[in-house]
Amino acid sequence: MGILDRHKVLEKNATLLLIGSLAVVTIGGIVEIAPLFYLENTIEDVEGVRPYSPLELAGREIYIREGCYVCHSQMIRPMRDEVERYGHYSLAAESKYDHPFQWGSKRTGPDLARVGGRYSDEWHVDHLTDPQSVVPESVMPKYGFLSNAIIEPTYITDLMETHAIVGVPYTEEMIAEAQADFLVQVDPDGDYDALVERYPGAVVSNFDGQEAVTEMDALIAYLQMLGTLVDFSTFTPDASR
Amino acid sequence: MSKKTQDKHEVETTGHSWDGIEEYNNPLPRWWVWVFYATIVWGIWYTIAYPAWPMLKGATAGYLGFSTRADVAADIAAVEEQNAALTTELASIDLTTLADNAELHQFAINGGAAVFRANCSQCHGSGAAGAKGYPNLLDNDWLWGGSIEDIAFTVTHGIRNDQSGDARWVEMPAFGDILEEGEIDAVVNHVLSISGQEADATLAAAGETVFLDNCASCHGDAGEGNRDFGAPTLNDAIWLYGGDFDTLKETVTKARFGVMPAWSEEFRPGVGLTAAEINAVAAYVHQLGGGE
Repeated sequence: MGILDRHKVLEKNATLLLIGSLAVVTIGGIVEIAPLFYLENTIEDVEGVRPYSPLELAGREIYIREGCYVCHSQMIRPMRDEVERYGHYSLAAESKYDHPFQWGSKRTGPDLARVGGRYSDEWHVDHLTDPQSVVPESVMPKYGFLSNAIIEPTYITDLMETHAIVGVPYTEEMIAEAQADFLVQVDPDGDYDALVERYPGAVVSNFDGQEAVTEMDALIAYLQMLGTLVDFSTFTPDASR
Repeated sequence: MSKKTQDKHEVETTGHSWDGIEEYNNPLPRWWVWVFYATIVWGIWYTIAYPAWPMLKGATAGYLGFSTRADVAADIAAVEEQNAALTTELASIDLTTLADNAELHQFAINGGAAVFRANCSQCHGSGAAGAKGYPNLLDNDWLWGGSIEDIAFTVTHGIRNDQSGDARWVEMPAFGDILEEGEIDAVVNHVLSISGQEADATLAAAGETVFLDNCASCHGDAGEGNRDFGAPTLNDAIWLYGGDFDTLKETVTKARFGVMPAWSEEFRPGVGLTAAEINAVAAYVHQLGGGE
């Protein structure tokens, strides 16, 4: 029983026990986590997924600030009932530019992973302002104040640079044009071609119908693109994943 | 248990003694030890049977060949297979003859009700009674037509969206840029009078000319509406946004028009509805009360 005797040394020395435990947990962590970064079948490249446009990114910040994730998940699980109700199950690649991701774990409200294009902008304004006016049975709080909160793209460049640091491939051009892109996305009469070229599939609309750019505009711009980037008429999921 | 307590004194101690308290060296219960060994064996089997061990390029696939994606695809295929005969027929049927086929019609209505609850109820209400700005589907007042084919077309392509090139699309101009405020007041009074509400007779008379010059081309001379343009009937008591003076004035000044997304999977792959689902929901809405 020589090895058990040696184990006694660990048991009797608190510092040594801590160091030993850390070593064991580290090995377990490396074995479980590290392969996810290089295994080909966990990194699926999907055409169409792009970084958020400046206005969408600002809307996403508002989504996080208001705690939307507390009641809404953004993760359609691969089960028939979910696919029937919400659409194609979520792909890992669809949230690869999310920092932090918004998968969520609780659904007091419905999943929002594919809410983009599902309702009109006007509906989103009506619904965020007074959810019960369109869905009487809803328990969602009112977010009408977003329509009164005017936002400016003052810090959007900083925000995008921060996301670039953690790995979102914002190009120099995207960052340089951030403020202009932010403003043109709510102006259907403006020259938004460059924006759409940089961010294919971005929805350009005066989302809340007001002249000023408000938090309501940003949030709806974000909601209207959720889950719309991958073209499922050409994408065939690899069954081995 | 009771036997064990009696035997206590015969059990060896571990030899540890703290302040006179000694520790018995009872063996672990046999069943516990065997369950423990069984979990180890099961754990090893599990990593062989299911995807588990990371290798250089990919993880081991496991001999059961389990895949979440394949599972969900098989689940969906199994249900589609069960209904295949009905859905294939429903997808390609001439909708005007659907009601003659009792079994298929009932299948369409039941399936359509589920499609409606998941996709349409958020705007049109869970009972299809609509809300301010979102049409009631229970009555016989239709903006773009209430035949089952019209309904299916509207569901497929939607209204005033960029998703489908065939979306129904006519927009009312904002008459605040076209008419003087006095003319707007007059025409609103005219609309109040043709819809059977109290109105200022002088203004209403003056408004008739304004109406005929500006509004009648879409809404009809008598305000009877025109489904080719989605122009609502104005000489009845059904209103989408409201029929009082203030609301009508706002409508005329700023113009209003609703937007409905295109629901066909052709325009929103992965999310939209199949042809059979569209026909089903059209059949459901058609039989709610107002279908033509």
